[in-house]
Amino acid sequence: MDLTLEPGATALLGPSGAGKSTLLRLLNRLADPDSGAISLHGEDVRSLDPRALRRRACLVPQLPSPLPGTVAYNVRFGPSLVGRSVDPTRPLELAGLSSAYAEREASRLSVGEQQRVMLARALALEPEVLLLDEPTSALDEHTRAGVEATLAELALRTGVSMVVVTHDRGQANRLATRTVNLRDGRIDG
Amino acid sequence: MIGAASIHISIGEVAASLVLVAVAATVSLWRRVDLERDLGVAVLRSFLQLTAVGYVIQAIFDSDSLWLVVLLLAVMVGFGSITARSRAKGVPGALGPIVLALATAAVVTIGLVLALGIFHPRPRYLVPVGGMVIGNAMTAAAVSLNRLADEIRGSALRIEATLALGATSWEASRDLVTRSLRSGMITLVDSTKTTGIVFFPGTMVGMLLAGARPLDAVRLQLILLWSLLGSVALSSVLATGLGYRGFFTPAHQLRDLEDGGS
Repeated sequence: MDLTLEPGATALLGPSGAGKSTLLRLLNRLADPDSGAISLHGEDVRSLDPRALRRRACLVPQLPSPLPGTVAYNVRFGPSLVGRSVDPTRPLELAGLSSAYAEREASRLSVGEQQRVMLARALALEPEVLLLDEPTSALDEHTRAGVEATLAELALRTGVSMVVVTHDRGQANRLATRTVNLRDGRIDG
Repeated sequence: MIGAASIHISIGEVAASLVLVAVAATVSLWRRVDLERDLGVAVLRSFLQLTAVGYVIQAIFDSDSLWLVVLLLAVMVGFGSITARSRAKGVPGALGPIVLALATAAVVTIGLVLALGIFHPRPRYLVPVGGMVIGNAMTAAAVSLNRLADEIRGSALRIEATLALGATSWEASRDLVTRSLRSGMITLVDSTKTTGIVFFPGTMVGMLLAGARPLDAVRLQLILLWSLLGSVALSSVLATGLGYRGFFTPAHQLRDLEDGGS
């Protein structure tokens, strides 16, 4: 597979088992490839500090799994690792949550709200690229439309690049300007 | 220090206690617990193992050589580590942390009780104390590492999500390591709380049987219990504090994730 991702929004589209999530995990080195290389702006990701890389290319996992604690704690956590203190209001607002959520216990929220918390804590790092792994697969139809709208607006407002893994062609069309089709670990058509 | 007169126990008296084993075997047969065979193995093994170690300890006491004590304790650390390793199967690369945990617990605990003048540096004291320290350290290491494996497997998604924010392996698993450490320490802390009420600890029982004054027996028991608290804490903190690394690569990736996603 040879693939170059441009700035903007790209969808990785394909059925289960096509290697979409794996590819996403290789991009921020949650996993390493058996062979081949991944580079960011021409630099092999293996030559970068994986922690710095993950702050630049931040992954939002398929299933929300916030840290025990408040929403604000979750949003502040990433920046606090590098000694930065952030106001959670803006990341929360970009993710479609009012600041009233800040002091609520993250694990008590609905799945859709938790997914937005996961998005907000990624945004708090001000990444260059958001890696979104099936961002709406755990959500019902109504909530899905809301999260999609938030993501579309986010791209417009912040200019952050996105790589969206999805098995839904409609979602790929709604969220991305380019679509890469994957099948059995290869680019298809 | 220990004022017990030595007592003699004949092999006949030991054999007589087999009557109680027969009671156990009868219960097993009667209620079809199917443990008769294991009972037999247990009786035979305990007889052979303890007799053998009795001769070894006797030889060490006769020689009065501290080098032999060190050798014996090193062998105990070795066997204890292998046992703990087999109980903590879910932890990748656990042997190194376990050996270090047990050895450190033994050296520090024994070193301190010697430095504080609680025991004389003689095989008569060092062998039984060392055995207790290493045995308890082994259990604590095994329990805490087992718990760590469960915690990390149960929180794999959360750990990866935290790593994805640029956290180190330690930052992503610190609270789980703490919980595991707690589980390694809690058993002894709890049994120390209830000691003397719910059960009489073995050392005290042994000293009373050997004819020591009750207060002497109690004081020695307290020294041992309190020393064991220290050694168990050291063993657990090292086993978990080093053992968690086995779950991660140097690039802060969670190894061997069952849930790879699609």
